[in-house]
Formats: sequence, C-alpha cells, structure tokens
Amino acid sequence: MSDFVRDFLRLRRGPWEMLASLLIGLGVLMLMQPFALWAFTWSFLTTLAGTVMFIVVSHFPE
Amino acid sequence: MSDTPIDRVARATPIPVARRIRGFSDRTIAWIFVAPTIFLLLAINIFPLIWTINLSFTDFRANRPNREVEYIGLENYRRILTDGDIWLTMQATAHFLFWTIALQVLIGFTLAWLINRKFRGNDLWTTLIVLPMMLSPAVVGNFWTFLYQPQIGLFNYVVEFFSGIPASSFQMIGDVRLAPWSIVIVDTWMWSPFVMLICLAGLRSIPDYIYEAAEIDRASKWRQFWTITVPMVLPFLMLAVLFRGIENFKMFDLVVELTGGGPGSVTEVTSINLKREAFEKWRTGYASAYAIILFVTVFGLASIYVKALNKVKER
Repeated sequence: MSDFVRDFLRLRRGPWEMLASLLIGLGVLMLMQPFALWAFTWSFLTTLAGTVMFIVVSHFPE
Repeated sequence: MSDTPIDRVARATPIPVARRIRGFSDRTIAWIFVAPTIFLLLAINIFPLIWTINLSFTDFRANRPNREVEYIGLENYRRILTDGDIWLTMQATAHFLFWTIALQVLIGFTLAWLINRKFRGNDLWTTLIVLPMMLSPAVVGNFWTFLYQPQIGLFNYVVEFFSGIPASSFQMIGDVRLAPWSIVIVDTWMWSPFVMLICLAGLRSIPDYIYEAAEIDRASKWRQFWTITVPMVLPFLMLAVLFRGIENFKMFDLVVELTGGGPGSVTEVTSINLKREAFEKWRTGYASAYAIILFVTVFGLASIYVKALNKVKER
C-alpha cells in the first residue's frame, strides 16, 4: 500500500493508470445503469476525464 | 548482367528523374511511401472526427445547409445527458452488450473446447458451426423474423416442444419483455462461432507437453483445465470480447431488420437512436454530440481493455 502511495506521489505510471481506468469504468457504469438519472448526466464527464487522464499518464515513467 | 523487374524499371526511368531520386535520403523515400497512407488516414478518420467535434457545439442541420449555423456551446451535450429516452436507449444497449458477450463467451469457449478434441468429422462440424457468421446480418435478421413468427415460426414450436408453453401464446418480437432477448438470441447464434474460432486458435497453441507434465504430476483434468487451459486461452478470449464488445456497441443492421427498435423503443440501441437523430430528425449538431459521447465511451473502454490484455500476455 505504501509503495502504491509513493509511486502515486512520484507520478509513476502504474497507480495513475489504475486511477484513470477506475474513472473510465465508473463512467461507463454510470452511463448504463438503470437507477439514477443524475449518474447518467455526470457519466460522460467522468469517462472523458478518465480517458484524457489515461492518455496523459500512459506517458509517465514506469 | 541481371534482368530483374527492378533493373528494367531502373533502365526505363528517364535520366533526369533518376538523378533526382538518387538524391533522396532513406528518410525522404520512407516518407514518400508512407505519405499516401497518412493522407488517407487524415482524410477519412481524423478530419471527420475533428469536424464532428466542431459540429457537436452547433445547431447545424444537414437538411438545411444554407441556414446560419449558431454555436451553442455545450447545450447539445446537456440535452443528451438529461434526456430520459436516451438513458433508456443506453440501458437497452447495456442489456444487449452484457448478455450477448456473456453467452457468446460461454458458448464459444465450450464449442471450441469440444471441437478441439480429436474425433471423426471434426472438420465438417467446424465448417457447419461457423456457417452463421458467414451470413449477412440483414439476411439473418430477416429470416429470424420468420422463425420468431408465433403462428408459422419454428422457434415458438421448439419452445413448445421443450417447455410445453403453447407456441401461439407468446411473441418474441412483439412482446416488450421478450423482444430484448430476441435480439440477444440471434446475435449469440450468429457470433458464437467467431468466439469459438478465436478460442480454438488459443487452445491449439497450447503445447501437448504441458498437459503431459501435468499428467505426470497427477494433476486432475479439472485442475489442468483451470491452471493450464483457461490461463493460456485467456488473452485470446479477451481479444474476442474486445472485438465483439466494440462491434455490438455499434450494432445496427441486425436489430433494424429484426425489431426495428420496437416494440415501442425497448430494443432501440444507441446506433439506431443516433441514426434517427441524424438522418430522420436531421439534428446533425445534436447527433454529433451523441456520437462523440459514444466515441469517448468506446475509446476509454478499449484503452483499459488493451492495457489488461497486454498484462495478461506478459504473464
């Protein structure tokens, strides 16, 4: 866990990619869930943030 | 003196042209070869994408090209993302995506595992199984509408034979609860062979000596399946899921032929809804914003999926 936080603070690719993937996954779930319209409304922004973040952080060092 | 086609071309090249070409560096020649492809990529993919992003901020209508186009900022996005009907469309797509992929993986992998066993008529069975995926989706959609007919369709009689439910008592396409399943069944019937083929490639790539070593270590068949077969086929299976996921996200022809999005709009998946917005209601700006939302979703999913695939391959 401490390695994860350290790599996260040192802008390493692994933890940042994981965070971006989580955001994308969350965005897609929000887009397609049948429970709350507000989640659908904010889904695109979440997915977009995750996707842009993924593109940026995939250029971070290992 | 050799007389290859290259020599003949070199001799036929006029001297001034030959002199000019001789002066090019390797890098320049590489660019000359790559340039047409890059140009096509820019013209067919990148430019339309940028143009669509631009249109998504406007109220442009393609059926009124002379009308003054107004920039309305994020209004199209706001309208789409607060629209309850589009939300329902997304749910219909999610239902279609989830069940088709789950069933196709299950059936495709099982078929591949069975076909991979050495038995007589193996090749004939493989050919018969892959037949559905060779048909046109429009044709498949059309003939399945006949199979689903409550009076004359074979499907209802098969259900009656196995379950005892009277054939004329239910309509697969006309019933709000059954219609989403009708498209899932047809897509699964059509595309499970594709997943089977990819899994079969994975299964055939596993060397026999790994199983022989496992046999010597007295590993049970069940253990061999979970510790050898599944991990080694997993990258192939993930690739199949990626292909089917992207393909089903934009599924159009099969659903149009089968249900046309109905009854009501229960089978109206996003691609049908998008087509209606763009080419029936002619709300081009709005449809562009819709397309961008779908693009970002598929792009994001594909990115994390490719990353996961690379991780599995590295193992």
